[in-house]
Amino acid sequence: MHLAYPTVLAALLFCTGLYGVLARRNAILVLMSVELMLNAVNLNLVAFDVWLRDALHSGQALTLFTIAIAAAEIGIGMAIVLAVYRNRGSSDVDRLRDTAETEAAETLPGDEDTHDAEDQATAPAGKAKKAEATA
Amino acid sequence: MTLAAAAAHPGFLSPTGVEIAFLLVGLATFGAAVITVTTKQLVHAALWLVVALGGIAVEYLLLTAEFIAWVQVLIYVGSVVVLLLFGLMLTKAPIGRSPDADSGNRWVAAAVAVTAATALVWVVVDAFRTTWIDLEGPAQGSTDATGEFLFRHWVLPFEALSVLLLAALIGAIVLSRKDRAGTSHREDKR
Repeated sequence: MHLAYPTVLAALLFCTGLYGVLARRNAILVLMSVELMLNAVNLNLVAFDVWLRDALHSGQALTLFTIAIAAAEIGIGMAIVLAVYRNRGSSDVDRLRDTAETEAAETLPGDEDTHDAEDQATAPAGKAKKAEATA
Repeated sequence: MTLAAAAAHPGFLSPTGVEIAFLLVGLATFGAAVITVTTKQLVHAALWLVVALGGIAVEYLLLTAEFIAWVQVLIYVGSVVVLLLFGLMLTKAPIGRSPDADSGNRWVAAAVAVTAATALVWVVVDAFRTTWIDLEGPAQGSTDATGEFLFRHWVLPFEALSVLLLAALIGAIVLSRKDRAGTSHREDKR
């Protein structure tokens, strides 16, 4: 088989995943695109391993390790996404601009107006209500 | 040497059966991947991801890496996609079309992706124009061969990876459990 077939397919899949990571808004769809990129790399590893006929079979061994690490990554990533969703009420990556758990970060940019209109004393109460709702 | 190798092998114009099968499955895989990153229905994206990952498993089979193909089916199609679907449902993803699935910079992203794809495909085709994979002989990725190289040469990384998986498991549990003590502490402070 010509080596260009698997390598070109891997390059195209990688760029598809690249587009997904850059263009998607939902964090879970970003994780799906990351999976596509990892799979493109795995395809390259297997193709080069079969081509070079390595005695240690480094390509296939590293593919297995990459698959295991990708499984760990998706587990941790999903836990982070769920924690963020529970705290902020959204998993849209371009609306999560604050890195700290402040009062302002708890509200989405869309409903900042209502947040500012509220009295400062009622804002923590609203947050406590949200914490009760998610608990 | 490259010219001799090129002369000894058939060119693009006379593809073998394996190459045709690889090309067709590759087209299906690439199409499914494109639909995965462009569809506006979030659950459909996860289901098209199954098609893309399954297509990659078939490509592994065509490259005679049988064990990796079945590991791909088990782990990716079996567990990762299920995990993603659970995540979509736990974050209350809308079932129908969601118009804001793509962010505003999608055209910039498309430009970056197309540029990267052009550069990568050009470089790869130019580099491996006269390179052929020899798929004859015994399968290089059969379960027998995989077990031999994995447990003869790669035992230490294999065991280190199991420790990493354990760490990831504990980390996921710590991240996703509801921290009742911490919450009450925060309430006290307030």
